Amino acid sequence: MISCENITKVYTNGDVETVVLKSVSFQVKAGEFVAIMGPSGSGKSTLMHILGALDSPTGGTYLLDGKDVSKLTDDQLAEIRRTKIGFVFQSFNLLSRSSVLRNVMLPLVYAGVPHDRREALAASALTAAGMPKDRWHHLSNQLSGGQMQRVAIARSMVNNPSIVLADEPTGNLDSKTGEIVLGTFQKLNQQGGHTIILITHEPYVAEHADRIIQIQDGEIVHDKANSKRRQVNLSV
Amino acid sequence: MKIIDLFNETYASLTVNKVRTGLTMLGIVIGISSVIAMVSIGQGAQAQIQTSIEGLGSNLLSILPGVVQPGRGIVSSGRGAAQTLKNEDVDLLRSIEGLAAISPESSRRFQIVAPNGNNTNTTVTGGQTSYGLVHNLIVANGSFISDADDRSISRKAVLGATVAADLFLDTDPVGQAIRVNNVTFTVIGVLQAKGAAGFSGPDDMVIVPLSTMQKILAGIDYLSTITVSVADKDQINDVRDQMISLLLVRHRVAEPDFSVISQADVLGTLSSIITTFTLFLASIAGISLLVGGIGIMNMMLTTVTERTREIGLRKAIGAQKRDITAQFLTESVMLTFVGGVAGIALGWLIATLVSQFAGIATSVSFSAVMLAFGVSATIGIVFGYYPARRAAGLNPIEALRYE
Repeated sequence: MISCENITKVYTNGDVETVVLKSVSFQVKAGEFVAIMGPSGSGKSTLMHILGALDSPTGGTYLLDGKDVSKLTDDQLAEIRRTKIGFVFQSFNLLSRSSVLRNVMLPLVYAGVPHDRREALAASALTAAGMPKDRWHHLSNQLSGGQMQRVAIARSMVNNPSIVLADEPTGNLDSKTGEIVLGTFQKLNQQGGHTIILITHEPYVAEHADRIIQIQDGEIVHDKANSKRRQVNLSV
Repeated sequence: MKIIDLFNETYASLTVNKVRTGLTMLGIVIGISSVIAMVSIGQGAQAQIQTSIEGLGSNLLSILPGVVQPGRGIVSSGRGAAQTLKNEDVDLLRSIEGLAAISPESSRRFQIVAPNGNNTNTTVTGGQTSYGLVHNLIVANGSFISDADDRSISRKAVLGATVAADLFLDTDPVGQAIRVNNVTFTVIGVLQAKGAAGFSGPDDMVIVPLSTMQKILAGIDYLSTITVSVADKDQINDVRDQMISLLLVRHRVAEPDFSVISQADVLGTLSSIITTFTLFLASIAGISLLVGGIGIMNMMLTTVTERTREIGLRKAIGAQKRDITAQFLTESVMLTFVGGVAGIALGWLIATLVSQFAGIATSVSFSAVMLAFGVSATIGIVFGYYPARRAAGLNPIEALRYE
């Protein structure tokens, strides 16, 4: 599914070179729920951008579904994002004056999915993300934070991507709604079989995943299965 | 991204801030409508002048005594003052090939009194039968001056429509007597109204036989004008040259002591004045259109900045550069398109109101509408392109982080 070989990323600002990632290698199999954990400045955001095809690595190879993504043009990267990747952001990034349904259908617009199929796809994504049906026609800025994030999760999955990348998805939420969002990811992973990569700096949040990759100063320092996984029971 | 989706997105984002969208559009509406209104007023005036001048007769050449001084125009032609045109000149000119009709004329202003006591002061013109032909006059009631009237120095008069109404109100003037300069004339006809044309029109005029005018009323042997109508438009210059050379020999002068003015000269002068005026008005209106376009650009740049995160998100979920460019370009073109249509409607309304209430003829031409439309669409593309490119060029990572 995902295969990273010696990924490096160097930012050059004038004569100053900043090495953000030094030789990162790991694999993620289909259906895994992986947390990438590290303090701020560790390079985890840069890694997420590369995994999300928003940015290209300076060196190394990144294979997504067997395809080398590391040396594509901007428009080719956009194509990869459109078909294979779903994003969930810390600050939700919903179109505030649009309805919930419209927000979820947005990726389908760019993917060229026919009109009559969009609503059904959005509806099933919203149901899977646990969004109550009576809110589907609300404007997204009328929702609570937890609901907004669930709309964002539905949006990230509506196109059935290969991986869902969640960047600090609970960062703007209180612990209780954060728990519900993490539970939603667990449910989608366990029941829907979605591959999820969760980026966080909080060990507590990372512990909801099956596997934790710990990153520090641009290097992987730990990469092992999470033996004491925290399972959220959403029905409670 | 499909066209229908593009329009959906555009509609959604333009309706988010309706007041701002409306105000920006207003700039275009005002610009386009003023261009349309100004051009239509100008073109209307031009068409009106053209019709009324052509109504005076077609393919006309006027010979006036004296010289039209350069830069002083046709108004101060010394007409009436110089006495260089004689009746014999007319007989000489009659031989020129290509002439349709030639009308010797002599005019003066006189006080005219009707039997009921009404009186008016107007131009009395002495003319022959050819006067009616040359000037396209139509007799509404009665008859025109005949050759016999002219030969016999008879005291008969034909009244212009305005003069007839002034003197006789609603009663029939034909057969009645009027006194011109204390000489009694019998009214034999009334002319159909033609509408004003420049400074003097055939409506406010009395026509008497030329011989009567010269021998009884004025006591002169010279003419104030010789008007010639040419059979074929292409022969006008030919005829003019022949007339000038014949008259130079006849008058035994090296430089003309007369002037030849063609209808085309008058029309050309007036048209060029109006065209200049129209251009002047339209360019002022055009400036407001330009300001409207800058308003669009300003709004689009603000929008791009405000929606940086949205652009970042759209790119993150797979929008390509051209999708973003198309979206923002469609927004600005939509603004100018809707503004342009509203502006054309408003301009047309203004033109209609102006002709209705101010009595100025207007004509909204297809070309003016197409021009305005083209200009507004171009403004949308030109002023929308830079903001759209800026949006499309944003780095998605930075755009998503933008606060």
